[in-house]
Amino acid sequence: MTATGAPADAIRTSLASRTAGGIGESTLRPDGVLKVTGEFAYSSDLWHEDMIWGHTLRSPLAHAAIRSIDISRALAVPGVHAVLTHEDLPTAVTTYGLEIQDTPVLATRKVRHHGEPVALVAADHPETARRAAERIRVDYEELPVVTGEESALAPGAPLVHEDRTDHRSGRVPHPNIVHRQPVLKGDAAAAARRAEVIVRGEYTFGMQDQAFLGPESGLAIPAEDGGVDLHVATQWLHSDLGQIAPVLGLPENKVRMTLAGVGGAFGGREDLSMQIHACLLALRTGRPVKMVYNRFESFFGHVHRHPAKLTYEHGATRDGRLTHVRCRIVLDGGAYASSSPAVVGNAASLAVGPYAVDDVDIEALALYTNNPPCGAMRGFGAVQACFAYEAQMDKVAARLGLDPVEFRRINAMEQGTLMPTGQRVDSPAPVAELLRLVKARPLPPERGWENGDGTADVRALPGGLSNTTHGEGVVRGVGYAVGIKNVGFSEGFDDYSTARVRLQTAGGVPVATVYTAMAEVGQGGVTVHAQIVRTELGVERVTVQPADTGIGSAGGTSASRQTYVTGGAIRHACETVRAQVLERGRGLFGRDRPEWAEAGLRLADGRVLTERGETLAELAEVLGDEPAEAEVEWRHRPTEPLDRLTGRGNGHVQYSFAAHRAVVEVDTELGLVKVVELACAQDVGKALNPLSVIGQIQGGTTQGLGIAVMEEILVDPVTARVRNPSFTDYLIPTILDTPTIPVDMLELADDHAPYGLRGVGEAPTLSSTPAVLAAIRAATGLELNRTPVRPEHLTGT
Amino acid sequence: MDFLRPAGWEEALAVKAEHPDTVPIAGGTDVMVEINFDRRRPDRLMDLGRVEELRDWEVGEETVRLGASVTYTQIMENLRTELPGLAIASHTVASPQIRNRGGVGGNLGTASPAGDAHPALLAAGAEVEAESVRGSRRIPIDAFYTGVKRNALAPDELIRAVHIARADGPQQFSKVGTRNAMVIAVCAFALALHPRTRTVRTGIGSAAPTPVRAAEAEEFLAGALEEEGLWESRGAVPPSVAAHFARLAAASCAPIDDVRGTAAYRRHAVAVMARRTLGWSWESYRGGRSAPCV
Repeated sequence: MTATGAPADAIRTSLASRTAGGIGESTLRPDGVLKVTGEFAYSSDLWHEDMIWGHTLRSPLAHAAIRSIDISRALAVPGVHAVLTHEDLPTAVTTYGLEIQDTPVLATRKVRHHGEPVALVAADHPETARRAAERIRVDYEELPVVTGEESALAPGAPLVHEDRTDHRSGRVPHPNIVHRQPVLKGDAAAAARRAEVIVRGEYTFGMQDQAFLGPESGLAIPAEDGGVDLHVATQWLHSDLGQIAPVLGLPENKVRMTLAGVGGAFGGREDLSMQIHACLLALRTGRPVKMVYNRFESFFGHVHRHPAKLTYEHGATRDGRLTHVRCRIVLDGGAYASSSPAVVGNAASLAVGPYAVDDVDIEALALYTNNPPCGAMRGFGAVQACFAYEAQMDKVAARLGLDPVEFRRINAMEQGTLMPTGQRVDSPAPVAELLRLVKARPLPPERGWENGDGTADVRALPGGLSNTTHGEGVVRGVGYAVGIKNVGFSEGFDDYSTARVRLQTAGGVPVATVYTAMAEVGQGGVTVHAQIVRTELGVERVTVQPADTGIGSAGGTSASRQTYVTGGAIRHACETVRAQVLERGRGLFGRDRPEWAEAGLRLADGRVLTERGETLAELAEVLGDEPAEAEVEWRHRPTEPLDRLTGRGNGHVQYSFAAHRAVVEVDTELGLVKVVELACAQDVGKALNPLSVIGQIQGGTTQGLGIAVMEEILVDPVTARVRNPSFTDYLIPTILDTPTIPVDMLELADDHAPYGLRGVGEAPTLSSTPAVLAAIRAATGLELNRTPVRPEHLTGT
Repeated sequence: MDFLRPAGWEEALAVKAEHPDTVPIAGGTDVMVEINFDRRRPDRLMDLGRVEELRDWEVGEETVRLGASVTYTQIMENLRTELPGLAIASHTVASPQIRNRGGVGGNLGTASPAGDAHPALLAAGAEVEAESVRGSRRIPIDAFYTGVKRNALAPDELIRAVHIARADGPQQFSKVGTRNAMVIAVCAFALALHPRTRTVRTGIGSAAPTPVRAAEAEEFLAGALEEEGLWESRGAVPPSVAAHFARLAAASCAPIDDVRGTAAYRRHAVAVMARRTLGWSWESYRGGRSAPCV
């Protein structure tokens, strides 16, 4: 993807920089029109002469020993080039994983979840590959399944990983627990004795899918040097590379990765899918191999959001002050670890929400089960906790007879508050203000579905076009929620990004090029990177080079971190380039113009200016024929691991906050819900591209709505098989389900972050869900301790 | 797989006679999904896209003869007055793109209990015109659905058209899904008032192995309307009558628990939809209106 110059029709919302198209402006995405018109080249559109097609044979069972695999009938199919099983893996490294390398490239002795890859086929045609795969005979011996805490921790429970040796295995109370993290602060037991009101609740959070529209796909091309070129849609090229190369037995410089067009990610592309498989087939056959999952396979091709059981106890005094919080969060990690440990860390450290509470006792853990593997998804552990603690906050408020927003305001954290981990929140935390903003908005008009002539516009009613009500049984409800999410990689992770910026003249005009390995997955890095360069170097023409592994890591496009970290790296590289330019200018012109010695010189509009705005030189004159170039690695301030027993530690880089007010209309007889409005207020620190920020907030809000009222992967409790791997039965919101989403955007600078910015991508996904649930509770009077809410729950059927 | 493209109806019938296992495809909104997901691998696929006759409809005195490939979009746009129930049902089918391709012939051919057209056809009263090289016959809609995704067509027959009674009174259709558009039915209910014969007909979708009518509910309601003289007086239907009608409608379901909903919810929802569609239809009848509210 390449962005060249400022789009002619860029929306200008701010004049923060002198150079057009700089930060603070809503420059338009270079790929926007292409995506809307269907012309954008996604990874599934990749093509190469002579390419053949790879296909994956997956396990139909959730837990089974593999007695034998017979591939002879598949090999005999005309057009088949290769059939691979675990026996064909080229090195002793046969597993991979983001943190714990527990995921087999191809199942060896057993399969641990429904859909686990068992064998690979490469053939001339995808249909041939599919048919050949069907002829592979796998002799399975079914094993009992582990499906939840009870079956995982029961005496004599089957072990999902029978001989764990990973670094966490010695620290967990049971081998079926991936990771456990307590967070203790103060004395919750003593505080509970002071509480005048105690509210307990048990909550269940369903399994959500990222449901990105571009299925897993890529193209592996064998190279003459024995290496491989891999084009793939991913969230983090270098994380993939570090897992792929050892399995292939190649040095990392022989696995050259290029980012292909990504059709959404939301965490679902942090783990590998077809990467190693396509490379194995390409290296075996000597042919370029393309793999594309279909929608059905995609549901098995990536991890999902952890389903969770959450038990909470909140105490408060009569005047509305929280005394303590005790909670236990059990996340189902499924068959492989993926990012479960980090999700546990988030759930534990953010379990209380954006409130000041002195005495807390938190335990969070993730299980190994035979359910589908779960890992990263937008919100990453904070989402499940927010659903539960916000339900609790409403219940405590109700018990105290307090307005739910007022009760939250009384307990809202602010800058300087100590987190349960002991970390001081050292930048703005406008929790009360965000709630005030959403509450202050006028409510959408009542009975908005009524046409003037007495008929009903069913599109505005629960059930929509399905014509289930013309107003009968419809009750309105309003609910509030607020959440806290960390930004960036936490717990001592070395979180950095690499950027190279080059400034040169082309045709007498200064132009800049920015090169990183940042994965553009839709978040808008392609606009923001160019904007930063324009602002810092004062040139309008900026080219964003395609991302590949020819440069160092940019870190993942996850944890709301890319604008912060890769943006920070680009800014720093620009500063270095600017210093070079000024140094060169001083050498060339310093003797004639003493102003060159002044501090505060800047680059804008293609010129070198003094702080007062006088032009010292044209950039092109200073640059001449020699480019100025810098490559930097940039880090945010370091974090610390959380103490294993107490959870104490400065574990997070930055916090971000969003609040929602949901207005819903519920058909109380049929149990159908129409979300009428989901107002959001969020502090973004500094909006580098306001239009993109609004898009992130609206998208995150909608994804939160999905898990509130419809989205859930259903896993059979007996067989642990996925029951609805299709868009027929895994429903995501359509435009008719998506309400008006008015947004209030605060820009309170975080002085530790580049431009004061705050990562925005995830926070709106947190509070959206509990706000909708609160509104449905208000409309129905039901307790509703599980999400998503189904019609059965609202009608008692 | 052989892909056949007959130029006309006679040729299509000849193919089907020679190879009864040939799978006909029109809009492809069912068949292509089956093929893409590898649930079905027919040896022969016959594209009916060139058979012009299938895309025509004729509005007669008593009935509409609806060609099998007339799309849902065309029904919505052109037949709202004659076939109001089917027009509302058409509106609930999937997305605009699908409605531009799919038609009632495909719904009947697939005969899924979740097909959106079935309840409206059952309520309006219809006959399926099936044809083979042996000749043409009309299958009453009540006898058409023979099992889960099975119908009364002979192996060599193709669906030429559906003859649907023109509305002589208000009709309604309602469908429960768990989102507000583009959703497969958890269950559906259609109701048609037939003032000319003083009868009521219904259709229920996704709440039994096949689309079904709520025969007992129909008889009860028709009897109650007659008894109270409501067809003439156009007075309000007593709530007790509506409630009993709803209970009987629910009782004629034979639903299952599945990934889309529970049997208990389906029964409950059918009762609610029966009561509401009766309310809307009867209000239209009282007010002389028959147009749907969508």
